[in-house]
Formats: sequence, C-alpha cells, structure tokens
Amino acid sequence: MAQASTGAAAAAEPLPGAPPDAGGRPWGNYVVAAAFLAPAAALLIVWIVYPIVHTTYRSFFDRSGDEFVALDNYRTLFSDDTLVTAIKNNALWVLFVPAFVTAIGLVFAVLVEKVRFSVAFKTVVFMPMAISLFAAGVIWRVMYEQDPSRGAVNAGIGVVKDAVDPGGVLSTARPSTEALTGTPQGGLELTETVGVGEVTRLGLTGIPSSDVPADAADAVVPEPLAGGITGVVWRDFRPGGGEAGVVEDGELGLPGVTVELRDDSGSSVATASTAEDGTFAFEDVASGSYRVAIGEETFATSFAGISWLGPKLITPAIMIAYIWVWAGFAMVVIAAGLSAIPRDLLEAARTDGANEWQVFRRITVPLLAPVLTVVFITMIIYVLKVFDIVISIAPGSVQDNANVIALAMWRTSFGGVNDFGLGSAIAVFLFILVIPVLAVNIRRFRREV
Amino acid sequence: MATATAEAAGPVVVPESRATRIVAILGKTPVYVTLVVLGLLWLVPTFGLLITSLILPGEVQSVGWWEALTDTSLLTIDNYREVLQNEAITSAIWTTLWISIGATILPIVVAALAGYAFAWLEFPARDWLFLGVVAMLVVPIQMALIPIFSLYNDVGIFDTILGLVLFHTAFGLPFAIFLLRSFFIGIPKDLIEAARIDGASELRIFARVILPLGLPAIASLAIFQFLWVWNDLLVALTFGRETQPITVAIFSQLRQFGANIELIAPAAFLSLAIPLVVFFAFQRYFVQGLLAGSVK
Repeated sequence: MAQASTGAAAAAEPLPGAPPDAGGRPWGNYVVAAAFLAPAAALLIVWIVYPIVHTTYRSFFDRSGDEFVALDNYRTLFSDDTLVTAIKNNALWVLFVPAFVTAIGLVFAVLVEKVRFSVAFKTVVFMPMAISLFAAGVIWRVMYEQDPSRGAVNAGIGVVKDAVDPGGVLSTARPSTEALTGTPQGGLELTETVGVGEVTRLGLTGIPSSDVPADAADAVVPEPLAGGITGVVWRDFRPGGGEAGVVEDGELGLPGVTVELRDDSGSSVATASTAEDGTFAFEDVASGSYRVAIGEETFATSFAGISWLGPKLITPAIMIAYIWVWAGFAMVVIAAGLSAIPRDLLEAARTDGANEWQVFRRITVPLLAPVLTVVFITMIIYVLKVFDIVISIAPGSVQDNANVIALAMWRTSFGGVNDFGLGSAIAVFLFILVIPVLAVNIRRFRREV
Repeated sequence: MATATAEAAGPVVVPESRATRIVAILGKTPVYVTLVVLGLLWLVPTFGLLITSLILPGEVQSVGWWEALTDTSLLTIDNYREVLQNEAITSAIWTTLWISIGATILPIVVAALAGYAFAWLEFPARDWLFLGVVAMLVVPIQMALIPIFSLYNDVGIFDTILGLVLFHTAFGLPFAIFLLRSFFIGIPKDLIEAARIDGASELRIFARVILPLGLPAIASLAIFQFLWVWNDLLVALTFGRETQPITVAIFSQLRQFGANIELIAPAAFLSLAIPLVVFFAFQRYFVQGLLAGSVK
C-alpha cells in the first residue's frame, strides 16, 4: 500500500499545494503523522508507560522509598496472611467465574435463539452490564441481608427449605409447668424420673394456633401400660384459660412430636412419636428409672438465614453477584457468534437425525469455540482485576476474608496502611498475571493483521 | 440444491405444517418457562433496590422490600426528595457528570486523531507502535495509582476534576484507539485517495471524510467511555477527597450500611438510573461497541 501511493505520487510532478505525502517529502509525512499521534502519545507515556516503569522500580524500595530492599516486598506478598488470602481468593475467582460466566452465557444464547421474545430477555439479562459494579454491589448487599424477613436471597431459600424440610413444628413452644425443664437446643425433659407403668404429661404452651398441626385431636391421657411407659404431649392451653399441667376438654394433642426415653446417663434408649391425640407409648421397657424428654428437633427454630456476608461465604456470595453482572456480556457476544453459524449446517444435522443435544455438543459448541475463548479470556482479565464489587459487598469486618489482589493493592497503598513499596509490588504482581493473557491477545491480533 | 430440498421436503411438510407448528410451540414451552423464570431472576435484584429505595425510612430496617408490593402504604417518594436535598449527593452527581463528559469527549478526540494516523498515515514502526497500544489494553489501573498519586500531588491537580478526567482519558485511550482504527481502516481507500489528490490536507480529510463516516463507531465508543467513567469507583476513590463522584459519595456511607440504607438505596438507584437511560437509549451502539471490542 505504501509503495503504491508513493509510487503514484512520484510519477506525477508534485503540484504546488499538493498534499504533504507527495513522494519527495517523506519527512513532511512523518511530521503530519507525529502531529496526529502527539496527544495520544503524551497521555499514554505520562499516565501508562512512565507509571509502569516507576511502579516496578518503586516495588524494590521500602515503605519510605529511601531504602533499597530488593525482593523483600515480594516476600511479604507471599507470606503475609491477608495478602496470601487475597492471592488464594483471586485464584478461586479465576478458577470458577470465567467458566461459569461463559457456560451461562452459552446456555442463555442457545435458549434465547429459539424464542420470539429474545430481545426482551437479552435486554433484561444484559442490563446489569450498564450499571456500575459498585452499584451492583449495593444491590446485592440488600439481597444478602441475613434476616430472611429482609434479605431476599434468604427469604427465597427459606420458602424452599420450609417446603422441603419444615422447621420444628413447635419452634416457639415452652413448657406449661415447671415439671419440664431444658433448653430448645437439648430438648425439654421431665424433672421427675419415671418408672415402668407410669403415665407422663408433657404440657406445652406458647404455640400459636397456626402452628398446631391440622390433624391434632383432643388430647387424651392414656392408660398405664404394663411393662411400658405412656404419656401425652399436648397444647396445655385453651381459650379462656384452664389449669396448667392438667389435660382439659378442648385442649389439643400435639401429633408427630418425637418423644425420647432417656436412661440415667441421659442417653436415649427409645423414641416414640405421638398420635393425633398426643399420646405416645414405650413398650417393653426394662425396669429402672427414666426420664421422658421431647427431642430437640421438635423445637428446631425456623430458618434463620444464611450468613452470606459472613467470613465463610463472602467470596462465593460476591462471585454470584459478579456472574449476575457479566452473564449478559457473555450471552450477547456468544449470541452474535451463534448467528454467524450457517443454519444449513444445523438443519443438515437435524435432518440426519441428530437430536438437539447432539447438535449443540457436536456442531454448535465446536463452531463457537473461538467466541467462547474470547469470552473466557476477557473474563479472566476482568476477574484478575476485580475490585469495586468486592469492596462494596464485603462489610469492612470481612474484607480480609474477601480480599483479592486489586483490593489488597488499594488497601495497602491508600486504605490506611499507606505502604507504597508493598503496594507497588502487589501492582506489579497483578500486572505479571495479566501478561500471559496479553500475549494471547497480541498473537491473535497479529494473525488478523 | 435448494430446489431439490424443496421438492423432497415439500409434499411431506406442507400438510403437517400446522401440526408441526403446534408441536414445535409445545416443545418449546419448557424453554419459554425457563427463560421467563431466568429473566425474572435477573430482574429481581435491581427491582429490589428500587423498592427498597421507596420504603418509609422508619420501616426499611424491619420489613422486606417484597412486603411493600402488597402493602403500598409502606412506600414513599420522600427518600428521593431527601436525597435530592442532600448537598453532598447532589454535588456528587454534578461532579460525576462533569468528569464523565470531559473524560468522554477528550479521549474520543485524541483517539480519533491517533486512530486515523494508525489507519491511513505512513510512519516508521507503525505496526509496532500499534501493537504497543494493544498491549496497553490490559495494563491494570493499579500499576498507575501510586506514581500518578505522587505526580498529582507534585503538580497540584490532586483532588480536581481535571486530574480525574486526564486519568480516565489516558486509560480509555488504548481501547478507543484500537476500536477507531479498526473502524477507520474499513473506510474505502478511494475516498481518502481522492481527497488527497484533490489537495485536501490530512486534517481536512480527517474532519470531512473520516469523522462523518466514523460516527457509528464514535457513538459506540462515546457510550462505552461515558458509562465506564460514570461507573468508576477505583480512580475517584484514589485521586479525590473533596471531589467526589456519586460512587465515592455512596461508598463513604457504606460503613453504616444498615443505618444509612434509606439514603444509600435511593442514591444508588439514582447513580444507576442515568447509565440505564443511556443504555436503553443507545442499546444498539452499546452492543456494537461491545462486539467490536471483544470479537475483533
């Protein structure tokens, strides 16, 4: 191209006022080019090139910047607990998030291609991309409130959990008399020991009528059983009062309660479940003294909420929020790749009897491989640098647990510690991590040029 | 080949077409249901923040936002009135706007000039220099924070809008140059050659041929850069103290998240409303820019 244009210009006599790229004046050419490039060059050199050099240099000096410490900062980077946590967490991020984002994006792109309202769905899923990761962090912090009555995530889990495994029926129950003692954690136990042939009464109150099992029948005091122990668990309450500890008309038995028979050492020797009228019976009990107790599971409190923002789950919690943001990006890019796949190819496979899964697995995915790679690599770069969403979701007290490299760099340099030497070393480490990705990018670019 | 398929398939398909269509729709029901569920799932978090931002200050600590859907007496617009009267928040919104506008226009002008040079001008080591620009695409911002922090303090533009604009401009340039060059290079060579033969200066070609034709790419880029700067936290947190964009203003309230939620929620929603408006208004350009940036 260069030859062609200069050659053509040289053939003709340069005219007065001719463009400066006329053959005889290559330097004029360069001056024009330099003028076009100068603003960009100045900005890039001052704000990117010089900082790279300076930060690298600075990372070999101590906090004050006066003393050369060689690799000490890098040693700290791999020995300090918070920094090691940051590196480990970032490794988890790289391990899970790009794969999840790409997979979810692929599934969404393939699904949405089949339906009519694809634009609406794409818009909804893509929308989080427009808002800041910081705002996304605030959004998810509201979602992750631990109390299921306020945090939507835990509320949702609570609904599912209650449907699958309802909490203890009597989570609010307490003994009606002092004959029963204990704590909800260990279950309630009768203070008096019982022997074979006795009848026990375990009265409970504080049970809202909505919590009483629907099949409950009027409570009945069972007959004594030879060679066994019997008893009743009932709701020792009736509208208008009644006497505590006495089974009265209109008081309901509590069915489905697990009753334990415990020996002297306190270990459970038998269990029984109450009938609709609240009665239970232990048969063939060896003689001795026992205590009758209501198992702790009966009093299991309802779902208290998962501590998403606590030290254990904070990193997965932030990852979920991050995937929520980026799935739309993956979907849109992959959908564009998908639309470039020749329809004939898919149709031909279907005509040949391939089912949808085979078409997906054998044709769509291999043809999409380049696009999937692009999404995956892009995500690795972004995930290595993840910062905003971590600092906004993780409460200050768990930021050590949620730490990632970019956050560690900022906190070390500006967040109170103010150690520019160590901060520089962390930045350099982060830079080194993205270099392999950079190399892949450049190779791809050179192939295109 | 097309006719052959049509002949072969025609007699079989046509009589069954209605039945197959019904079967196809029924077969797709699971897909529809899945997508509706997923779509709702994706909407819930943002919607939750919106409702939270509208709940009465006294109630927001004790009720879940979904309860306000059935009990609308919990809702009020006062939180927004409060936020818009909050000096710190309103001035932060203006600061964000100025930074975003400055840091959108400046890099586009600078990158368009450079993009044109890389696409259509001859100079030594052009491809190597461009490779250098591509390499800068992935340089983490963290690499520049400490030197620029010191530099800004020395020069006296720490904590100024100018300082933030210049930083965003520089870090926006590699992508901007990359995007615009690939677009400019697709402009027909004849147009440029013809203008050169007519004696137009390079600056004139740039202004009269390249810029008008490059408008779609510039629009994509402008939206990207605007959102990128508007949504920034890291840069503003580092180089601003009094000069606070909205993200930093909200960030400073996060320490007492529970107690400040009645301020945080509406402020956060305001901060994301503008990007959302930009996104919905210019969605097409946004997606185009995204595809150009990642697939190319």
